[in-house]
Amino acid sequence: MNNAELIIIFSSIILQASPLIIAVCGETITERSGVINLSLDGTMLMAAMTGFVVALKSNNVWVGFLSAAVVGMVFALIIAFGSIRLKQNQVAIGFVLTLLGDDLSSFLGQNFTRIPGPFIKKLAIPVLKDIPILGPLFFDQNLVVYFALILVVFTWWFMFRTRPGLQLRAAGERPAAAFSRGVGVNRVRYLYTILGGALVGIAGASYSLNIKLGWSDGHTRGLGWIALAIVIFGGWSPIRGAFGAILFGATKSLATVLQRRYPEVSVVAFNSIPWIMMIAVLLLVSSQFTDWLISVMPRRLQRPLHQLLKVSPPMALGTIFEED
Amino acid sequence: MNFSKWLRVSWPVVPILASLIFTTVLLLGFGANPIESFQAMIEGSFGDRSKTLSVLAFWIPMLLASTGLLVTFTAGLWNIGVEGQIIMGAVAASWVALKVTAPSPLLIGMEILAAMAGGGLWAAIVGVLKTRGRVHEIFGGLALNNLAIILTNYLISGPWQPPEGGTFRGTQPFQEAALLPRFAESRFSPISLVFVIIAFGLVLLSLSGTYWGLKLKALGKNPRSAFFLGVSSERETILAMLFCGALAGIAGAVRVLSWFDSLRQSISGGIGYLALLVVMLAMFRIFWVPIIAFFFSAVLNGSITLQLRTQLHSSLGGILTGVMVLFVLLFGNLNALRRKRTEENVEIVDEQR
Repeated sequence: MNNAELIIIFSSIILQASPLIIAVCGETITERSGVINLSLDGTMLMAAMTGFVVALKSNNVWVGFLSAAVVGMVFALIIAFGSIRLKQNQVAIGFVLTLLGDDLSSFLGQNFTRIPGPFIKKLAIPVLKDIPILGPLFFDQNLVVYFALILVVFTWWFMFRTRPGLQLRAAGERPAAAFSRGVGVNRVRYLYTILGGALVGIAGASYSLNIKLGWSDGHTRGLGWIALAIVIFGGWSPIRGAFGAILFGATKSLATVLQRRYPEVSVVAFNSIPWIMMIAVLLLVSSQFTDWLISVMPRRLQRPLHQLLKVSPPMALGTIFEED
Repeated sequence: MNFSKWLRVSWPVVPILASLIFTTVLLLGFGANPIESFQAMIEGSFGDRSKTLSVLAFWIPMLLASTGLLVTFTAGLWNIGVEGQIIMGAVAASWVALKVTAPSPLLIGMEILAAMAGGGLWAAIVGVLKTRGRVHEIFGGLALNNLAIILTNYLISGPWQPPEGGTFRGTQPFQEAALLPRFAESRFSPISLVFVIIAFGLVLLSLSGTYWGLKLKALGKNPRSAFFLGVSSERETILAMLFCGALAGIAGAVRVLSWFDSLRQSISGGIGYLALLVVMLAMFRIFWVPIIAFFFSAVLNGSITLQLRTQLHSSLGGILTGVMVLFVLLFGNLNALRRKRTEENVEIVDEQR
């Protein structure tokens, strides 16, 4: 394998990972504010279907993306309303929405399966694309990839370097303290749940309009769950989450490469890689074994290793906050 | 809140009405006649004796899984992995059916035991991942569901493929002795009804009348204080998972041994996810579970007939049940919300009204 081939593989990994990166950023924002949107799998299916159908009908991919974002916002609004206003179990609501989104996308998209439609064209950035290695990796892609990459940096900056970002995190960590300092906790949670939902919707459409073109029954099934797991692996940080998304994107490319090299191994063996990896990465960041492993390391390494491996969720994640 | 009072009086008419309105709008959007469509669904589930028997045959494994889920939900566990536990039960039962020759009753007994072990194993992995690895059961279960599907596809297309070549659709039909005796050439097997009655009675007894049931409730209500009361959360978690996994395993066995006659690609037919919805819709009241499961079975069977007749996607049945559950989850418990608020702070509630 020469360098040119490697660069092609890596740039395809980044392309493959871009929708996951967007979804992970969206869910990270939502969960940092204290709300779990478990409906990602159903939301992404509905958004992928809606985005494709609307783009096909309007012959405009951007209208497709917009409609997908609206779908994501509607699903997120149901979760926010159910958990904040009605104070019901957000995990249960999210789970039902997952199944409902799956069935709804099958039903509504039934006349649009396996037909060609519009998709996003490549848009190389002049000058930057000629930088060796980095150019073909990051600047010879399309707008969805650029959006995903900018989104990661922006989300990180917003969450950790701005005042509204501090309020967002406060609503998820210590809602009572935030409320006493004048933060409208539930208003913040509504806002970022819906905003996160919009991003998840865009992620869904990035499959049907960019990576896995078109629509078929269960087009993105399973990917929403993987995004949810990456949020945990990412320790609720967009940069680490993006790294996780790229890792999962890499397994997909790796499976393709391995399959070509070892055709005698059954295809199904490669299909199991993401799910085994899902368990493995969650074990890595949260199991007692990792704790033990860190504790037997040299003392100087313990703190950095702990920061590198262990994650802890926002303290008030999934709880209901009573403002009165 | 007058709405919740009104809701309580008219229960359970409102959620049914809500889901009917939603699906009617969908049907109209697709240019279908809603009345004809619902008629097709009812005929599809109760139109003649064989259709009604199909509803029964679909109901039994769903009820087995729902019954198991009552135990895990009581222990506060989100056993989404029930789908994979059903599949592994089916795989284990198929293994015995394909590889062992024995007189029918003995063979069926071995199949059921293998299915319980297969489902139980898959459930126990989720349990251990949770207690030892701190991997939430939703994620552990979901990954194992997908791995179970992948394993099934591998077996069908590889080691267990029919001698005439793999079609990716299923194994060859099992020997007659391996199948559950079926009622009048239908897919319904009376023995499976016995299984479900035993399972239901067992769960009813253990949840309402045993110390174990009490421990599970303590664990589900408040894991921390349960720990201080001496309830081993690891032991009870894994036991509850094993129990549910074993019942789900039997459900999988019933799927391969009476609904089908071989291991198929989508062997569970989503029964595990449906069972989760059943228990949520029942709001964990045990006696509602069989009734709701039966209703779900009728809707799902009816929607298959709807697809055959009108070419509309059979996911309509899932939408109908899903909207119903969503409605109940959102608005079904508002009375409790109101009670809680009243106890905590009377004045503010009054002001808000």
